Amino acid sequence: MTTVTIEVDGKSLPAQAGEMLICVTDRNDIYIPRFCYHEKLSIAANCRMCLVEVENAPKPMPACATPVMDGMKVFTRSKYAQTAQQGTMEFLLINHPLDCPVCDQGGECPLQDQAMDYGSDDSRFLEKKRSLPSHDIGPLIATEMTRCIHCTRCVRFGEEVAGVVELGAPGRGEHMQIGTFLNRSIDSEVSGNMIDLCPVGALTSKPYRFAARSWELQNHPGISPHDCLGTNINIQTLRDQVERVLPIDNPEINQCWLADRDRYSYEAVNSEQRLTQPMIKDGRKWREVDWETAINHATAGITTVLNSGSGNDIGKGIGGLAAASSTLEEFYLLQKLIRNMGSDNVDHRLQQCDFRDDNIAPRFPASEIQIQHYNNLAAVLLVGSNIRKEQPLLALRLRDGCNKKGTKISAINPVDFDFNFDTVESDVAAGGQMVRSLATQAAHVAQIKSAELPFDIKKIADSNPGFEQTANNLVAAGENGLIIIGALAQQHTDASLLKAISQWICDTTGCKLAVLGCANSAAGWIAQCVPGDNGMNAGQMLGQNGSAGLRCFILLGTEPELDSIDGKSALATLNKAEFVVQISAFKSASVMKYADVLLPMAAFTESAGTYINCEGRIQNAKVAVTPKGEARPGWKILRVMGNFLELNGFEQITIDDVTEEINLTDITPSCRLVELQFHPTLSSGEKSTPDLMESDSLIRVVDMPMYRAEVTLRHARALQQTADNPPPAAGLNPATASRLQLNDGNRVKVQNQSGSATLELRTNDRLAENCVYVPAGFMETTDLGRHVRVTVKKIE
Amino acid sequence: MEIEFNTVRKAYNVCLPDSSRDQPWTLKSYQANGGYQALEKILREKTPASEIIEALKASNLRGRGGAGFPVGVKWSFMPRDADGQKYVICNSDEGEPGTCKDRDILRLNPHALIEGMTIGGYVMGATVGYNYMRGEFWQPYEVMERAMKEARQAGYLGHNLLDSGFDFNLYSHLGAGAYICGEETALLNSLEGLKGEPRFKPPFPATFGLYGKPTTINNTESFASVPAILRGNGKWMNSQWFKDLGVENSGGVKVFSVTGHVKLPGNYEIKMGTPFSELLKMAGGVWKGRKLKAVIPGGSSVPVMPAINIMKANMDYDSLQQNGSAVGAGSVIIMDETTDMVKVLERISCFYFEESCGQCTPCREGTGWLYRIIRRINNGHGTMADLDTLLDVANRIEGRTICALGDAAAWPVQSFLKHFGHEFEAKVMAMDGLYAASAGRAGAAANPANATADSA
Amino acid sequence: MLDKVLLSDASLQEIDNELDKYPKDRRQSALLAALRIAQEEHNWLSDELIEYVAEVIGVPPVRAFEVATFYSMYDLKPVGRHKINVCTNISCMLRGCDQIVNYLQNKLGIGFGETTADGKFTLKEVECLAACAGAPMMQIGRDYYENLSPEKIDTILQALP
Ligand SMILES: Cc1cc2nc3c(=O)[nH]c(=O)nc-3n(C[C@H](O)[C@H](O)[C@H](O)COP(=O)(O)O)c2cc1C
Ligand code: SF4
Ligand code: FES
Repeated sequence: MTTVTIEVDGKSLPAQAGEMLICVTDRNDIYIPRFCYHEKLSIAANCRMCLVEVENAPKPMPACATPVMDGMKVFTRSKYAQTAQQGTMEFLLINHPLDCPVCDQGGECPLQDQAMDYGSDDSRFLEKKRSLPSHDIGPLIATEMTRCIHCTRCVRFGEEVAGVVELGAPGRGEHMQIGTFLNRSIDSEVSGNMIDLCPVGALTSKPYRFAARSWELQNHPGISPHDCLGTNINIQTLRDQVERVLPIDNPEINQCWLADRDRYSYEAVNSEQRLTQPMIKDGRKWREVDWETAINHATAGITTVLNSGSGNDIGKGIGGLAAASSTLEEFYLLQKLIRNMGSDNVDHRLQQCDFRDDNIAPRFPASEIQIQHYNNLAAVLLVGSNIRKEQPLLALRLRDGCNKKGTKISAINPVDFDFNFDTVESDVAAGGQMVRSLATQAAHVAQIKSAELPFDIKKIADSNPGFEQTANNLVAAGENGLIIIGALAQQHTDASLLKAISQWICDTTGCKLAVLGCANSAAGWIAQCVPGDNGMNAGQMLGQNGSAGLRCFILLGTEPELDSIDGKSALATLNKAEFVVQISAFKSASVMKYADVLLPMAAFTESAGTYINCEGRIQNAKVAVTPKGEARPGWKILRVMGNFLELNGFEQITIDDVTEEINLTDITPSCRLVELQFHPTLSSGEKSTPDLMESDSLIRVVDMPMYRAEVTLRHARALQQTADNPPPAAGLNPATASRLQLNDGNRVKVQNQSGSATLELRTNDRLAENCVYVPAGFMETTDLGRHVRVTVKKIE
Repeated sequence: MEIEFNTVRKAYNVCLPDSSRDQPWTLKSYQANGGYQALEKILREKTPASEIIEALKASNLRGRGGAGFPVGVKWSFMPRDADGQKYVICNSDEGEPGTCKDRDILRLNPHALIEGMTIGGYVMGATVGYNYMRGEFWQPYEVMERAMKEARQAGYLGHNLLDSGFDFNLYSHLGAGAYICGEETALLNSLEGLKGEPRFKPPFPATFGLYGKPTTINNTESFASVPAILRGNGKWMNSQWFKDLGVENSGGVKVFSVTGHVKLPGNYEIKMGTPFSELLKMAGGVWKGRKLKAVIPGGSSVPVMPAINIMKANMDYDSLQQNGSAVGAGSVIIMDETTDMVKVLERISCFYFEESCGQCTPCREGTGWLYRIIRRINNGHGTMADLDTLLDVANRIEGRTICALGDAAAWPVQSFLKHFGHEFEAKVMAMDGLYAASAGRAGAAANPANATADSA
Repeated sequence: MLDKVLLSDASLQEIDNELDKYPKDRRQSALLAALRIAQEEHNWLSDELIEYVAEVIGVPPVRAFEVATFYSMYDLKPVGRHKINVCTNISCMLRGCDQIVNYLQNKLGIGFGETTADGKFTLKEVECLAACAGAPMMQIGRDYYENLSPEKIDTILQALP
């Protein structure tokens, strides 16, 4: 690229030939007003606010759409330029309501600000102002379309960045109106960004509406706990209450975007289900107590269990489970507490059920490619990943790469997910078929690279060739290729096999591997909140309906009946346990049935803590607001419990004292197993492939819907009302449904060995055949437990 | 099919066929008058593209769609030898009020357009062409479809034309009612199935056009002129002949649509540089024996000219410009002494208000504002201050928009106020007088504008 | 999902013919034509029909809606059997379209944008239709009628079924 020199307002500036003038001035802090231009969106050049004077140009030129040329002389504040800018401002204001005091955007409105600089305080417009109806387009975004200035940023965001065309600009000329088709709701999982993009008060946040004025709010930098990115957020508060969450631009992580999950989860913090006072169960009745009573009660209960053990068995009857969104310090203190009591039963992986590779696992689940390089990949294979809902901002990067760099993306999933990027190949396979599909790709790779295919993979691989391009793409991409192991793969009954085969492919092709763990799971691993050699994992602790024999549980921010894939077993186990301590920010009916003490914990906005993302990046969050009521940060509660239990090593005064105890050196993101091991048998009957099964039984596809996966999200009011959170239903491929003589809308009973669920049937042609999709995370479906083989019958 | 062609008053057999030709829209008739000779010769002799471009440059043929850009120069911008698909597109959107020439070319001389476009495809290395016709042009569409079928059967369109190895496929694309689609980049968007919103330039269509591919867009009349120019009045590639028909900077003959208050409205294919007075005479003079008041010489978007100015002018690019207007699309709108200029401007402003695509702030907001002020003045509710605002709003639109529709909306306002400002003042004053008289009465509004904002 | 078929085979075939004009991956180019064909079959474009056409072409419904609301020849409300489009732009205005409009409005008893009670005629005001040399003029359906006078209008309307 050639460097040229241009002159702006008398200053000589270097620039790249052909880049737009506004990029040069922005880089050099020369302000040019604008509305339609946004560096992350295509250039529309329609608002005409950025007009400047360019020497020898016959008319004022839009800085956003004028490529620089060597020797170009620009005047941004000359009389000529200002006249043009003022002209545009007058046009923008003639039909814009001038009632900033009642507009939610007031105080942070580019139109308001620029009107101060370029507007006149007098209007010559004597005609009637235009006014437009506003429509309800869903629970997240409030509209007031009369304020719209038609910059089309929202429309371009949907089409270009989010990859869903929901908003458009129907109508011509003055009658053009931004809106959705038939005023349908906006369902994109990143829709809230349109609010940030809208330069006026046309699109504002519905939950935040009229809650505060921007100038009253205090800013607190924070980290979003909901996925493995560690998205940077600005938690805005008023009078010690969280009112809004906005993105903090971090080009290496979230850029200027937020997923709706990051933006609106704060509503849970203010929810009425908050647990704000310690509570203990007296007989069958709950009562509120002070902290001392509560901790005494808790430690007394734990001690009883401890004392009943003897010798090597001391503590073995105790288990600790943490939510994956806990902080590094919370993970650390929980495992320390459990281990110091002589138990090794601690875990945070409630959604996992195959733990066969634990002892050869890398230090933490990681992405071997940095987040910022997700836009530059040559080929990607998604294995069991609905990345758009699991890590929405990574999906945006893949989309960008797909559009700009031609990333070739393939997927092996039980559902042909509606991605916001193109896939070159997509295999819809559930259960054992999914493993087989991946093994088949490995076989292709072996053939292309003339590598020897391990017998264990060969055994599974299908003779039917399957995809034709995926293996080629991965081989061609080499270290610019990536295999992503998503949540659905990690929840799979053969997760270890999927990981091992993927690793073999990566070893053979040079591709990189990413195991995208949920929430802050990397920190969970690093803090050792995973069982040791003698301990039980989450599956063992909660599985088998309590037969593992654990008598006491300490739960940290988790409701295992909803957080784990096998809710039925979890519930049975917990109900059976003698003593359950729940440390949580929320209370719920099911928890109050099995718990004996409830210790109110601070929510993510109320507690400091460390988050480690999938690239091993360590980020610290600070306290934004005081914990509600009597709630206390999780780490403090655990520390005090350690004291009350008279355990060693609980003398920390500040959270930094805790952090310092944790070995955070050398966190290189690698997700390779220490030694490659296959577990080649798709062992038990329930794991067999759908095509091998007798005709009336189906494979259950389990998934954690994006707003059901953690307790915080389950209490975020607006998110719960979105299209991404439909009531639980049984999904069936139309062909399978018709084979079973079932129709969309039927009420059906889904049944397996452990129980049943009565649900409405939804046909979905994106689902693999001979499968039934039943989400976890709902009380209505917990009864189905972990058994994969199910039947579906119509209820008359 | 029978087509009336009483609208062709004068033809030069370049774009418009004269009345001596029977059923001129047929292949037979076209061929009998030299049609397809140029294409055949080019294909047979593999004439180098550069020679044809030079000939067109020498002919002084300027684009007939309004802007008057030399056709040969435009064709030379196409990366002829670059890989990948390239397109030639004919702009038959003909929406400029007062213009009705392309419709007659399409209906009466479709083969001239087909031959011109095919030659264009050959010269620019494009194997696909689209003819974008406005959606209302159903009859021309049918004529074109039939002519294209004839041409295909005769080997002038399709695969391997006359065994030359050159392919050219031509398709008709109908619009659906939007003047703005005549703007070349809006036309491209419309062809792609989008709203007809102009694209900002750069990039220009020659590098990034239809589907992002190099594209050249010319007006119907521009393409249709090409075969005759290359035939050179009997001498192959004698484009000097065409040039000499016209005057300096304005080569050849051009079709002028003469409409409004004349005795014989119609299309006149005449030499460039013909004095306006002569054209008016051909058209039988102002109707009803009245006097000429004003003329808009190039379609509603060019500045209006008072009678004394236009009577001095000749019908060519330089002369009209020197006299304060432009050739535009060649639509000569004649207004007699009885014409109410405020009413005319109101109608013109209404048009641009209706047809603004709406993406640029000044055009979206300004065209409506202009129209509403003028409507108010015409309805007798204007003030003197409105006249200043009017001019100022027009000035704030001009030159500040993505496409030239903004200019097209501003120019009439500026020129009407300049030349006929007194008529606007008179309307304002008449009502001012009324209001002054009633000012003493209770309830009379101090500012008439406030009293009836947005009356109609 | 196309669970309801709203267009006849003939119309779908016509849309396919239009699609053939454009590169395979540029189906949207046929959107304007597809909407026209759908309108010709159903008289007007209902929301449901627009969404259906969007599915046939393979574009998001809001894109089809943008197009349907941008171009003036699409009718988003039912219209009469014959749509009379009267040009009132400058050349027609100078040659007396006001009288033509008055005559039509009185004769049919409707204003612009309205439809006669028997559903036979809808009257529309349109911009210049490029037949200025035949001013005043109107278009009914696909046909142009030029050099209008009240008498001529009587004859034209009488001949329509
Ligand atoms: C608002 C607007 C409307 C236009 N309408 C037409 C039109 O109807 N027909 C046309 O040929 N050119 C029209 N043009 C000009 C085209 O943009 C373009 O310059 C022309 O088609 C190029 O062809 P030419 O070089 O052969 O003149 C219009 C331009 C503008 C700004
Ligand atoms: S000037 Fe008017 S018509 Fe042209 S692009 Fe801008 S808004 Fe659209
Ligand atoms: S910012 Fe340049 S035109 Fe809008």
